[in-house]
Order: sequence, then C-alpha cells, then structure tokens
Amino acid sequence: MMSADLTIVLPEILLALYAMLALLGAVYTGKDDTASLLTWLTGGVFVLLAIWIGTTGGDRVTAFDGMFIADGFARFAKVTILLSAAAVLVMSQGYMERRGLLRFEYPILVALAVVGMMVMVSAGDLMALYMGLELQSLALYVVASLRRDSVKSTEAGLKYFILGALSSGLLLYGASLTYGFAGTTLFSGIIAATQGGVSLGLLFGLVFLISGFAFKVSAAPFHMWTPDVYEGSPTPVTAFFATAPKVAAMGLFARVVFDAFGGVVGEWQQIVAFLSVVSMFLGAIAAIGQTNIKRLMAYSSIAHMGFALMGLAAGSAFGVQAMLIYLAIYVTMNIGTFAFIMAMEKDGRPVVEIKALSLYSKREPLRALAMLVLLFSLAGVPPMVGFFGKFYVLRAAYDANLGWLAVAGVIASVIGAFYYLRIVYYMYFGAETEALDGRMSPVLWTALMGSAAIMVFGVVNLFGIEPLAAAAAATLVH
Amino acid sequence: MATIILFAPLIGAIIAGFGWKWIGETAAQWLTTGLLFLSCLLSWVIFLSFDGVTQHIEILRWIQSGSLDTSWAIRLDRLTAIMLIVVTTVSALVHLYSFGYMAHDENFGEQGTYKARFFAYLSLFTFAMLMLVTADNLVQMFFGWEGVGLASYLLIGFYYRKPSASAAAIKAFVVNRVGDFGFALGIFGLFYLTDSIRMDDVFAAAPKLATTDLHFLWTTWNAANLLGVLLFIGAMGKSAQLFLHTWLPDAMEGPTPVSALIHAATMVTAGVFLVCRMSPLMEYAPQAKEMILWIGGATAFFAATIGLVQNDIKRVIAYSTCSQLGYMFVAAGAGVYGAAMFHLLTHAFFKAMLFLGAGSVIHAMHHEQDMRNYGGLRKKIPFTFWAMMIGTLAITGVGIPFSKEIFGLPIGFAGFLSKDAIIESAWASGSGFAFWTLVIAAAFTAFYSWRLMFMTFYGPQKGNAHTHDHAHESPLNMLIPLGVLAIGAAFSGMVWYNSFFGDHAKMTAFFAMPETHEAASAEGGAKAETTAETTAEAPAAALQGAIFMGPDNHVLETAHEAPTWVKISPFIAMLAGFLLAFQMYIRRPDLPAKLAEAQRPLYLFLLNKWYFDEIYDFVFVRPVKALGRFLWKEGDGKIIDGGINGVALGIVPYLTRLAGRAQSGYIFTYAFAMVLGITAILTWISITGVISLGGAQ
Amino acid sequence: MTVVLFTFYAFAVSTLLGGLMTVISRNPVHSVLWLILSFLSAAGLFVLLGAEFVAMLLMIVYVGAVAVLFLFVVMMLDVDFAELKAEMSKYMPLALLIGVIILMQLALALGVWGFSDGYQGRILAPVGTATNTAALGMLIYDKYLILFQLAGLILLVAMIGAIVLTLRHRVDIKRQSPVAQMMRDPALAMELKDVKPGQGL
Repeated sequence: MMSADLTIVLPEILLALYAMLALLGAVYTGKDDTASLLTWLTGGVFVLLAIWIGTTGGDRVTAFDGMFIADGFARFAKVTILLSAAAVLVMSQGYMERRGLLRFEYPILVALAVVGMMVMVSAGDLMALYMGLELQSLALYVVASLRRDSVKSTEAGLKYFILGALSSGLLLYGASLTYGFAGTTLFSGIIAATQGGVSLGLLFGLVFLISGFAFKVSAAPFHMWTPDVYEGSPTPVTAFFATAPKVAAMGLFARVVFDAFGGVVGEWQQIVAFLSVVSMFLGAIAAIGQTNIKRLMAYSSIAHMGFALMGLAAGSAFGVQAMLIYLAIYVTMNIGTFAFIMAMEKDGRPVVEIKALSLYSKREPLRALAMLVLLFSLAGVPPMVGFFGKFYVLRAAYDANLGWLAVAGVIASVIGAFYYLRIVYYMYFGAETEALDGRMSPVLWTALMGSAAIMVFGVVNLFGIEPLAAAAAATLVH
Repeated sequence: MATIILFAPLIGAIIAGFGWKWIGETAAQWLTTGLLFLSCLLSWVIFLSFDGVTQHIEILRWIQSGSLDTSWAIRLDRLTAIMLIVVTTVSALVHLYSFGYMAHDENFGEQGTYKARFFAYLSLFTFAMLMLVTADNLVQMFFGWEGVGLASYLLIGFYYRKPSASAAAIKAFVVNRVGDFGFALGIFGLFYLTDSIRMDDVFAAAPKLATTDLHFLWTTWNAANLLGVLLFIGAMGKSAQLFLHTWLPDAMEGPTPVSALIHAATMVTAGVFLVCRMSPLMEYAPQAKEMILWIGGATAFFAATIGLVQNDIKRVIAYSTCSQLGYMFVAAGAGVYGAAMFHLLTHAFFKAMLFLGAGSVIHAMHHEQDMRNYGGLRKKIPFTFWAMMIGTLAITGVGIPFSKEIFGLPIGFAGFLSKDAIIESAWASGSGFAFWTLVIAAAFTAFYSWRLMFMTFYGPQKGNAHTHDHAHESPLNMLIPLGVLAIGAAFSGMVWYNSFFGDHAKMTAFFAMPETHEAASAEGGAKAETTAETTAEAPAAALQGAIFMGPDNHVLETAHEAPTWVKISPFIAMLAGFLLAFQMYIRRPDLPAKLAEAQRPLYLFLLNKWYFDEIYDFVFVRPVKALGRFLWKEGDGKIIDGGINGVALGIVPYLTRLAGRAQSGYIFTYAFAMVLGITAILTWISITGVISLGGAQ
Repeated sequence: MTVVLFTFYAFAVSTLLGGLMTVISRNPVHSVLWLILSFLSAAGLFVLLGAEFVAMLLMIVYVGAVAVLFLFVVMMLDVDFAELKAEMSKYMPLALLIGVIILMQLALALGVWGFSDGYQGRILAPVGTATNTAALGMLIYDKYLILFQLAGLILLVAMIGAIVLTLRHRVDIKRQSPVAQMMRDPALAMELKDVKPGQGL
C-alpha cells in the first residue's frame, strides 16, 4: 500500500532528496564555489525527470487515498514546468555569477519550488494543494529577495511575501468553507458532494479559492504584486517567475475547478471569464505606460494569463487543451524574451530601459530579428506560433458560447500589440543612443535563437504539441 | 502539356517582371515571347489532336473548407482547346508585334525602362486568361476572371503618367466590378443550391435547378433563370455589353497591342466563353437566354450606330468589337453555342489584325489617331493596307452566297461565314428583334469599316504634311503578325465552318456533344417518353461534351433550313453599307459634313455615344462620389478616425495613467485591490447565485 | 444551556474578541497580547473537542514560543505605528464600506447555509480505541504522510531562506579560526634566519 503510493510520488521524492543532498554536499564542501556546478546539475536533474515523467506513466493513478493524482494532465504540466525551470536555471547561471548572486542555495531553492509545483499540479486534496502551493511560494519569496543589498529586491520579496500571505489566507478561508460544505477536502469527495446542488456558501468558498489561485497566476485584480516583484527581483528570477510557477498555478487552477468543481462549471465559468477579461485589458493597457522592460513583461504576463484563463473559462476539454497549448507557447516565448533581457547590459551593468534598445538592429541584426519574432509572437501576430496559442483559446471561448469573451480578447490583443511593437520600433527606428554591450553568453544566445526559431518553425504543426495537450486535457475533463 | 501551356506565360511574367534587372530588358522580351510561342505551338498540337473527350488534369488541392472542396485542375475539352489556340496565338503574335511597336515610346523618354514591364504584363494577362479558359470550377474561373481584369487594368493604365489613361483604367476596373458582382452572386447561388462549384457537379444539377425556386431580393425566382441572368451580368461586364459597355472605348488609352490582345481578341470574349461554358445551365434557363438575345442584339445595333461617326481609328474598331460581341451573344442566346464560338474564333483573327493594322498605321503616322488627319496612305504603307483590306473584307462579311449549296464548300472570308451563321441562328430563334437588329448592324458594320478604310488609305492627304512625309512602313516584326492573322482572317472561316456550325454531324463530333440529343433531334417531334428519357440522361452525357444543347433546342436545324431571303439578307446589307460608304467618302467627300449638318441632333447623339457616359456620370458617378466623400470626410474622418484616435490617444492613455496610479507601491493599496476584486466577484455570485440557486435552497 | 455549550460560547467569543482586538488595538504589544488570548481560547476549544494533545501543542508552540518571539520582535522594532495608522485612516471609510459589504455577503451566504448530502458520514473521523496522541500519530505518519513531509520541506525552505537572506560571510574582516589556532605549532609559525654580522637583513 505505502510502497505503491511512494512509487507514484517517486519523481517528487527523488527531487526533494536531491535538493537535500545537494544542500548537504554544498554546505560541507565549497559552499558558493559549487554554485555553478550545482546550477547545471539541477538543470540536468530537471531535464532527466522531465524525460522520465514524459516517457513513462499511463492511466490516471492516485496515491495516499486520492490526495495525489498522477494523470496525463499532471504529466503535461510537470514536463513543461521542469523543462522551463531547467532552461531558466541554466540561463541564469552566467548572469547571477557576474553579479555575485549565484549562491548555492539558489538552485536548491528552485528545486524545492519545483517540488512544490509538481505537488500543486498533482494535488487531489485541498490540503495537498495548500502544501504544494506554500512550498512553492515560500521558495519564490526567498529567491525574489536574493539580491539582499538592493532595496528593490528586498522590497519585492517582502511585498510578495505579505500579499502572498494574504492570498493564502483567502485560499484557506475558501478551503474551510468548502470543507464545511462538503465535509471533506478530497477533490473526489467535493465533486461527489456537489452532485445534489450547491449552496451559496460553497460558491463563496470557490470564489475565495479562485482568488487565491488568481493571485498566483497574477490575474487581475489580484495582480498588483506582479510589476513590483518582476522589477525588483534579479532578472533570472523574474524569468523564472514568468514561466514555471505560472504553469503550475494554472495547472492547479484547472485541476481544482475541474476535479473538484467540475459539476458546477456554469458557476465558476463566469468568475474565470471575468478574471480573464479584466486581466487581458489591464495587462494590455497598463503596459503601455511602462518604460522598464521587466515591468512591461510583468504586464505582458498578466495579459497572457488572461488569455490562458480564457481557455479555462470555456469549461470544456478543448478549452483545457487550448490553455495547455497556450501555456507551453507562452513559456517558450518568455524564455527567449528573458534571455534577451538578461543580455541587456551596459558596461557590465544590467539595463532595463526600453529606450536603451534604440537602433539595436543596426548593431546586432540577428538578435534584433530574433527579438522581433518573439515580440510578434507575444503580440499574437500571424504566422508566429503565438498567434496559434491565441487562436486556440479564442476558438475554445467561441465554441463555449463565450463569443463576447473572444471579441474582448481580440480587442485586448490589438491594444496589447502596441507596446510590443513599440519595442520593435525602438530596435529598428529609434534615436541614436549609447550602445549596449555586445556580449551575450552562448547559453543565452542559444535560448534566444532557439525560442525564436520555434516561434517561426512551429507553425508547421506546433511540434506535435496539439495531440499531447488534447490527451492531457482529456484526462482532466471527463 | 496543358500544364506547360498554362504556366509558361506565368514563368515568363515572373522572370520578366521581377528579374529583368538581372537578365536585361531584351532578354526579358525574348524570354516572354519565346515562352508564349512555345505555349502557342503546344496549343495547336492539342487543338488538332484533340478527340473531344473532356479531360481533367489536377494540379493541386486548392481550397478545403466545410463542404467546399476544390482542386486546382485544368478542364480540357473542345471549348478550352478553341480558347487555348485563340489566346496563345493572338498573344504570341502580339508579343512579337510589341517588339516593334513598343521599341520607342515618348511617354517614357529615352531612359525609361518600360518594355520588360509591358511584356511581363502581357504574359501575366495571358496566364490569367488561360486560367480562365482552363478552369475546372467556378472559383478557379473567377480567379482567372479577376486576373485578366487586373492585367487589363495594369495595361490600360500602362501610360500611368497620362491622367486619361489612369482614369480609363479605373473606369474599366470599376465597371467590371458591377459585372463581377453579378458573377460572384451567381457562383454563390450555384454553391448554395448545388453545394459544389465543380463544373461537372453544377452541370449535373442543372435540370434540378430548372425546377427549383430561389428567393432573391424581393421575390421568388426560378433558380436556373436567376443564376443564368446573374452569370450573364458578369459576362456583360467583361464583354462590354450594353449598359456595361462604357469602359471598352476608353480602354483604348492602352497601347495598341494591348487593345488587340485584350480588348478585341481574348478578354472581352470571356463573357461569351462563360455563357457557352455554362450551356448546360443556360439550356434550362429560357428566360435568361431570352435576355441574352435581347441584350446582344441591342448591343450589336447600338455600338454599330456609334461606330458610324467616330473619328478616332481605335475607337471605331472598339465599337466594332462591342458590336461583334453582341453578335456572339445573340448566337449564344439563341442556343447555337457553336456559332458563337465560331464567331469568337474568326473575330479574334480579324479583329486582332485590324487593331494591329491600326497600330501599324498609328505607328507610321507618329501616334496620330484621328482619321481626319489620314488619307492616301495606301501607297506609303502598302503591306498594312493589304492586311487591313483583308480584315475589312472579313469583318464586313464578303463571300459568295450559297457557295455551299453550289460548290459544296462555303467560300468567303471568315466573317462572312460566322456572321451569316449567327444571323441565321437569330432568325431561327424566332426573335424578329434580334434578326433585324443584326441585319441592320451588318449594314452599319460595312459602312463604318469601309469608311475607316477610305478615310485612312484613300483620298487626299490631310492633316500635318510633315507627318505624311515621314510616314513609313512598319518593321518586319510588326508585319509578320499582320500576315499570320490575315491568313487566319481569310481562311479560318472556310476551314472550320462545318465543325462549328455548318454540318450537324461534324459539329456533334467536334464538340463531343451528347449522342442522346442527336437521336432526339433527328426524330424531330419525338415521342414524349423519349424526351423524358433524354432529359434524364442528357445531364450525365453533358459532362462528357464541351457544349450541351437541350433536347428541345432545334434552333440549329431551323437555322440550317432558313429561307433564301434570310441567308442573303446579311450579304445585301453588307453591300448596301459598302456602297453608301463608297458614295460618301470616295465619290462625294463633302456629303458626310452636309449630312451631319442636316441631321445635327442625331449626329451629336451618335458622336456622344448616346450620352451614356453623361447619364452614368449624372446618375451613378456623382451621387456615389458625393456619398463617398461624405463617408470619407464624415464617416471615416470624423467618426472612425476620430473614434480610433479618441480611443488610442485619449481613453487608453487615460486608463494607462489610471493603472499606473493604482500601482502605488504601497502594499495596502495592493491588498485593497485584491479585496475589492473579491468583493466584486462575491457580489456578482450572490446576485446570480441567489437567483440560480433559489430553487435548490 | 449545558456547561459544555456555555464554555464553547465563552471560548468562541473570546477567540473572536481576541482576533478583533489584535487588529484594531493601537499598541502593537497589546496586539500580541490579544493574539495570545486568541490562541488560548482556541486551545480551550480544542479541549472541548477532546483534542487535548493539539490544545497543549497550541499552548506550548504558539503561546509559549511564537507569540513570545513576536513580542520580542515587536518591542525591538522601531516603527511609528501612529503614522501608519494615520495613513490608513484615510482609507478607513472606504475600507469599512467594503468590510460591511463582505460581511453582508457572508451573512447572506451563511444564512442559507446548507451541508451537502451525506455530510455527516464524511465529517466524523473514526476515532477507534486508540488514544488521542496515537490516533494523531497514525494520521500524520500514515494517512497524511505526504502532507507531513511536505510541511517538513516547507520548514526547510523557510530555514534556508532565513539563512540565505540574513547570514552573510564578510570577507573583509578577520575571523577566529579555532582549528587553525590549535593546529598551529612553532615549526610552522617561526623561521630562524641566520643573519650574518654586518650585513643586515
């Protein structure tokens, strides 16, 4: 019994064991001198785990009386999380090292955060959900303020922590209301309890739960921490925030609303649609005023989460499929974009002003072109892959009789295109300014070019992600 | 082979159009011309060796959307084969001719590079036209249809520095839009009713359409008739039939080779081709055919009257083209599609030749186009004169009447045979209007054609003496096309008379017309059950042949048995026209002026082309322009632009500032926003939830 | 009204009161004290439920350790709470409005509170004959093993976080190294140089 359970949770256990062993090893040996090695090693472990999870596993199985669910959906999300975390981790190594930020705890914290994320997407119980969420969040709070001597970084960590605590409170309140109604915290029990109709109190519990998730995916109006935290954190950490945790939180979101509240789709659909439309518009509009590219990416991620939520709002298997495709594309785009941002520096100091990119194309035509492709893709300009992500969620919303939401999405993406194109404008037509450093580490260069190439060549068949996402969605939505 | 024919011009156009800077202008010219001659050669091979069985050559899968599943395919049947030789032959010759004609052009100066562009356009046009005639489905045909429209637009406006050329190009494009709208509606209608745009499917469904009713605009129509009319409206635009004809004379602003290729021989006949191609549908649309008959006859007459008084040599020929197209439509409307195609073929030869001859004259006279400044040119440019003479003999229809009955072989120039065939068909159709308008138009045709000849080549030299002194015969590369076309104008009628019209058996074989019809028509008043049988089988058989003639369509037989006076009437009309022209322009050159003075209102009415342009300008152009200006200034400028600007420059930045202010940096603001969000959602849920859960609790 | 019921209400009211006063009292030290009251009342509630082990844990860990630590921290912090309060009071009316709205919403929801079908069966955990502590152990180390381990990981992260954010090795100061001191011997520390007379070093 126990051994069967443990087998199912084996990847998480192994990763946690690895993190602890790495901690011990680093503490008793070279400490921060081992950080570079540890970073690469952790990235390698992520990739190995991703391959393992991606290639094994079959039907939906549960462990610990249904508290932990391993199914196709969880596998898809875990592989995405692991791969994106690995990419961001190895990308960050050079940047952090040059700025003296590469402490050996960093990869270990990231590994523990990833454990939390993996538990999140596999959670089958409100308590497991909360544990995974907190494990992830706590690690993220720490890495956000990793740059201790920077006021902004510590401020970012503190803000994130306090607001995160508030959202956790909301989430717990929602969980307690749900428990009060259903008498159980198991998702399978909740969905059984909602068979005979729900009470308003349970809906309130759902609202509070969703608010907690919305905070984690930075959906408006629970997004306020995002710009400050993105700006204040070291850029690699920002890149990390923008990728894996978003996937995990969206996966958790989908998991809860379908596994626990799949019987009352009509009730949460409107809430998710509301979050979606507000996020899309807020992300699009507020980003226009930004001059800091990291803040801009924060609003961009808010808008993108709005689109992903649109897929969720559809409340159908196709909607979940669209959401998964959207997330995978979004993560890929962001890895490339942040690789570019990490390479923005002048005299060895990071630069985040958009204006500093003026006439970048004259000096680095290839990199500017890759960035252009990524920005077009972020804006959803066909024929870049980003367009197909938007296309899927719009279609899902349309199919689910949420035509108004799809129309709103199109309008928001038009508004949002403005600020992406403005970066392109600066890169290609801006006024002459002092040049940025031309240096770019091979890792970053590879990430940037690879991501851009995927955005272009993925149009052929999206690298076969569509059937995978469909299979994953099918295991979640019955 | 058909694929090569189809794509050779496209390749030429692409290379010449985009690559002439690398390969040079001369090379571009040779390349396009060479490829065209290749196409031409292959087309003749296909035409002569064609066995009449329809082939489908699929090139690629094209559109798949819903129930619309379309391949890009070549439909090769007799109609296509005829059009292939017409298009490629004339096009190849015009390419060759353009070497000489376009060698120097004052519109572009010495340094101007325009030749490669011109040849690229010509080849592009040829490709589009071939697309049109080889189309296996209606959308593909529409592609070609619009392609030729585009090429026509580009070529009419070739002298884009001339305002009149640009205006003419726009006019041609806009007027054609009206027709294309009808065509497009027709295609939509067919797709709506038959759920397919493949010709074979549409043809097979034609009998069913005849019994289907379709609600359109304000009332209910018979589907076959309505679709026939809509398709014909498309044909009217392209073929410059009455009411949509106004663009054709203006199109003469283009270089003369263009007029010969596009606005005489090929593109304008696309409408006729369309009607013939849709013959399986038209046969079930008697009212549409009736309309075609009337419009065709009216156009033939109307255009001929205008041609009587025009002074610009190209405009005379342009109106003559308009008029001849009317003839073709009458034949098609009468149901004798063979005669229509026959005239289309012969007309392509003699009209292209007339235009090229006119071009040669214009070339000789330093781009002078007013016939009143010509005169006595037959000595200066003898070869052109003789070519034009053959063309005139062909268009006016000179031949030996009853030669078929007497010698067993029709003898006469091309126009004689094809035009007589049409007039007999018109008589046989029972429409007196069509018959008499065509006969009168034939007289007019003879008059204005001979008037052109006399004014240009006979009489004293008029106009600028210097120009006349320097008048010279055109170079060889312009004369060779003239010669080739002259042969066609002289003999094409005699060679193919029987296949197209004269001999029923040969015609059936030629067009691979369904045998069932043969049997039914041979019996004449066949028994009812036979008719019913053939009706059922006919559509299936129609798929095999190029042309379909309904089981109760006996116009062809009636035309063959037309009385003597009908058969001789066009000849008499021709003779009368010739004699009148001879009287007025050779014997008494002062007569036309006096006549014009005496009948001034009529003269002005004709000279101003029945005031069509003025009426259109008043009724359509000005109100539309006013509406356009209103929508532009008020609708577009103020509401849409203003709205967009307002949103983009006013509201969005305002919201941006608002969002920026909300991002205060204080945690309690952020927390407050979260609480506000929760409150909003909770309120929403309790409002909707109480309602939806009201029953449950 | 039975004694149990009376006690329950007494503890419940004092829990709520303690929580409320924690938030609104002006002096942060008072806040912490109110918090302790709240904890104690909650412990009382646990006793009423028969969960005396949890109640004791609450007392020992929360009241004895956490709250006292809180007290120290609050006393050591130099924060002008009055100023913060002044800033907050600007928003007080609006905040009150929102609070009232949420309260009304919750009243609306809880007023028509309904439990799901079969709620009773799910909510009563089978206690069996095991003692309270043993039952708790079974839950933590068997049924909820994964949650327990995850909680451990969370604490580990918290520990790492605390260290990584606060502990720093300054390289520009001299440190005492006991091992180095102990391993030191004269042979390593000293070198005898044979200085020739009249030459100097």
